[in-house]
Amino acid sequence: MAAADELAFHEFEEASNLLAETPDAVTTSGSGQLTPQGHVAVAVDSGGSYGAEEEVEESDKTALLQEKQQPGFWTFGYYQSFFDVDTCQVLDRIRGSLLPRPGHNFVRHRLRNRPDLYGPFWICATLAFVLAVTGNLTLVLAQRRDPSIHYSPQFHKVTVAGITIYCYVWLVPLALWGFLQWRKRVRERVGPYTFLETVCVYGYSLFVFIPTVVLWLIPVPWLQWLFGALALALSAASLVFTLWPVVREDTRLVAAVLLSTVVLLHALLATGCKPLPLEPLAPPPQATSLPLNLLPPPTPRSQVT
Amino acid sequence: MAKAAESSGEPGTTSPRPLMRDLKAVGKKFMHVLYPRKSNTLLRDWDLWGPLILCVTLALMLQRSSVDSEKDGGPQFAEVFVIVWFGAVTITLNSKLLGGNISFFQSLCVLGYCILPLTVAMLVCRLVLLAEQGPINFMVRLFVVIVMFTWSIVASTAFLADSQPPNRKALAIYPVFLFYFVISWMILTFTPQ
Repeated sequence: MAAADELAFHEFEEASNLLAETPDAVTTSGSGQLTPQGHVAVAVDSGGSYGAEEEVEESDKTALLQEKQQPGFWTFGYYQSFFDVDTCQVLDRIRGSLLPRPGHNFVRHRLRNRPDLYGPFWICATLAFVLAVTGNLTLVLAQRRDPSIHYSPQFHKVTVAGITIYCYVWLVPLALWGFLQWRKRVRERVGPYTFLETVCVYGYSLFVFIPTVVLWLIPVPWLQWLFGALALALSAASLVFTLWPVVREDTRLVAAVLLSTVVLLHALLATGCKPLPLEPLAPPPQATSLPLNLLPPPTPRSQVT
Repeated sequence: MAKAAESSGEPGTTSPRPLMRDLKAVGKKFMHVLYPRKSNTLLRDWDLWGPLILCVTLALMLQRSSVDSEKDGGPQFAEVFVIVWFGAVTITLNSKLLGGNISFFQSLCVLGYCILPLTVAMLVCRLVLLAEQGPINFMVRLFVVIVMFTWSIVASTAFLADSQPPNRKALAIYPVFLFYFVISWMILTFTPQ
């Protein structure tokens, strides 16, 4: 079975390469679970490219054997459809978000219009815990250098970090999706992404911050800025390359404003995660190094670095 | 709870037999966690008494004795409770959403019981902290916590891994890893004042 699975995966790759070369092609794909081997058919659609998104979804659904119509949102099966991913698919999506390429649209290329909620949810959870743990570690390391700093586990940081990150990954895509829906009438060719696809893109784009936050433990300031800039560049590039096909149909002004807002919000989140240099004053504990800063608006302290 | 329900005696009796039976069941499951083999005992006769006892013990031991514990920011009793139970529920939901064929309470039971090694680690850490602080102290605690963390993961994987389809095992196990990592972190960073 492993060989058959590998065959299916290779066929996927070939199809994705074909799709990247001929953006007008429409693929139908079968899920590896339902068919013994992956079933991939490539048909060239002469009519138009992304406007045929609804047809892609329809043919996707009909191509999947035994897939009936979507269950209602009050059933458990509805939510199960968002966790319908395998380990290799999740790893593939993470790789896709780490290495954004200008031609490759994350939603079309990696998600293939089948967003999942597993990735965003657990990436956010991991990021929140890693932030809290590294914040704690920064304090410990600082205290060893300068014993006047008061150490405490600062456990509530987990709650703050978690709420901030989850709000970011849910509310910003909601606003973005709403805005794109509102502008839908301006674009003819390119259909907007669904809400879950947007959430998926944002969630996976946050993955690069996890190793960055760990690397921020190295107490060399210019190295920290370098890592931060690198992570922000990768993450924002992933977002921008995904949004570009949808937004380029719009007027220049709207496109520019939208993309710069997206990048700015992302930069704010990155700044919020970056540890601040520690001040060696002892009392009171709140005034000393809070490695986690809250998200917008950035306090004056964060400007002093 | 399943056993208690089916073993209810006549109304009004205060016979100790159901209690002893429950305690024995809990003890048997502790043994299964400490020596994990592939067996169905934890899954077949699930109960939540064991996890409750372990969770309360852990939360009590993580309390600090200092007066200004509010400012120090260590986890309060309720926080530990919420983390353990909320974490276990989230992992169970995740496992079910991924298509696992384990029931909700069975999964809670397994996750709760597999906190036992970490509770033992907490006990050992508290005893070690009675000695003088220093790097050796820390290394001993680190070693104990790492060993118990690995034990918890191995124990819960032995019980939970079979319930997932093979191409999603890693997806279902990773949240368990994160859960026990967070608890281990809470244990390791515990410093009494």
